[in-house]
Amino acid sequence: MSQSLPLPVANADSLPYWNAARERRLVIRKCKECGELHFMPRHLCPACWSDQLEWVDVKGTGTVHSFSVIRRASDPAFAHLVPYVTALIDLDEGPRMMTNVLGDDALSVRIGDRVTLTFEDRGDGALLPQFVRASAEGRA
Amino acid sequence: MKSPASLRNKVAIVGVGESDIGRVPHMTGLGLNAQAAKRALNDAGLKISDIDGLLTAYSFTEPYFMLGSVMCEYLGLKPRYNASMVVGGASPAVMLKHAAEAIASGQAETILVCAGENRATGQTRDAAMAALLAVGHPYFEQPYGGSIPGYYGMIAQRHMHVYGTTREQMATLAVQTREHALLHPNAHMKTPLTVEQVLSAKPIADPLGMLDCCLLSDAGGAFIVTSAERARDLKSKPIYLQGIGEYHTHEHLMCAPSLTEFGATESGRVAYEMAGLGPKDMDFAELYDCFSIVPMIELEELGFCGRGESGPFVAEGNTRIGGKLPINTHGGMLSHAHAGAAGGLFGIVEAVRQLRGGLGARQVEGAEVALVHNEGGILSSHCTLILANNKG
Repeated sequence: MSQSLPLPVANADSLPYWNAARERRLVIRKCKECGELHFMPRHLCPACWSDQLEWVDVKGTGTVHSFSVIRRASDPAFAHLVPYVTALIDLDEGPRMMTNVLGDDALSVRIGDRVTLTFEDRGDGALLPQFVRASAEGRA
Repeated sequence: MKSPASLRNKVAIVGVGESDIGRVPHMTGLGLNAQAAKRALNDAGLKISDIDGLLTAYSFTEPYFMLGSVMCEYLGLKPRYNASMVVGGASPAVMLKHAAEAIASGQAETILVCAGENRATGQTRDAAMAALLAVGHPYFEQPYGGSIPGYYGMIAQRHMHVYGTTREQMATLAVQTREHALLHPNAHMKTPLTVEQVLSAKPIADPLGMLDCCLLSDAGGAFIVTSAERARDLKSKPIYLQGIGEYHTHEHLMCAPSLTEFGATESGRVAYEMAGLGPKDMDFAELYDCFSIVPMIELEELGFCGRGESGPFVAEGNTRIGGKLPINTHGGMLSHAHAGAAGGLFGIVEAVRQLRGGLGARQVEGAEVALVHNEGGILSSHCTLILANNKG
């Protein structure tokens, strides 16, 4: 995709997340006290407020919880991509995240589809975690 | 959980006003607020000096930071109670709650609540859409090109998947809402609409088309709240607050606990409990309708039909004026107006007018008790209120 798309912005909560993405790894936060996994990265566990958190790698597989085909982009940077798919992905580990579904068959996506992790080059070495339909693996 | 102190019968809405609506290029957002405020003041038969509190929300179209203080300055008010609240579309109902609490505790006696923006002419359509992008998470949603219609589209898609809700049922809701707007002299949209037109409208974010989406209007709305004692002596018939509840579960859709169950059930439960009433006691409802799927979900959440049954409930005509539970009798945000926090505020204005009576063809016959629901974000923040034209 075009390098004019927004670059990920790292902050104190998310720097390790974006650094891992640059190594083609998707990591999420796990609470060492209660074991809860969560997305997106935070300073505290949202379940028990422990600040004893670790980063764990996910397997990179999940299921489409819902999606929308964007036919009119609100952000002008995405206008040249319409129609494109935004989706909520339930990671097999549990937490839910929002990404695009990429790939040649993305517009045929349905709720319940299995998806696998890929990374989208946004330029300057920045990689954005993304998903493709499991049947279309590797065609992002 | 501890129950909140009851606000039942403590305050009444005594004045309502709405600005000129639609494309109003000769007025600023603040001007629209001021016009609505003046009309509400006249409606109540009050003087400027009677206002000792002001609550207002936010503006995407004008560059003001402390909007409450800015409105005080613009209106020449020096109130002892003032704040700006930002809980998105839930702001008007939440402001009514804060106003009621302030009046009940003696912090103020008569509070003006106003909201509105010049969203149709104060900025380009693209700029308006871009400003609204801020509702998406800046780091974990916006990089994926999400949009507000897209987020609500995912909610609609899930409802269709789980319950078999159809696009035709959603379109029917938009058509009914337009029929109501045609009975309102100040509604933004003035032409009839068919289901076929809704289904064939320009696609925005599947499954939502242009006519499933709310308007971008120039509009301001206002209401005035005072103590139930003070309300008795004023010009207009007082409309009493019987119950009010709020509930907040998330801000960004990726963190929503569910895509089919939201916080309106809990905000409604608190409002019903405070009022000592239930869904069957409501003569009509003004439900937040930024997208056609939203009032359908609220019908389920607030107990007007079973979970997943809103599609048939709407398609059977129950929600039309004259039906079992008329909703959005002014035309809602789909056809009357939407401009920032004014969109949900007009639901309160309309409920007050219906409860006073005398609206002609738009009048819900025998209307005595109404429910109004505001939501903000992506079904994130909820506030439900119950209004009645007599002390319950």
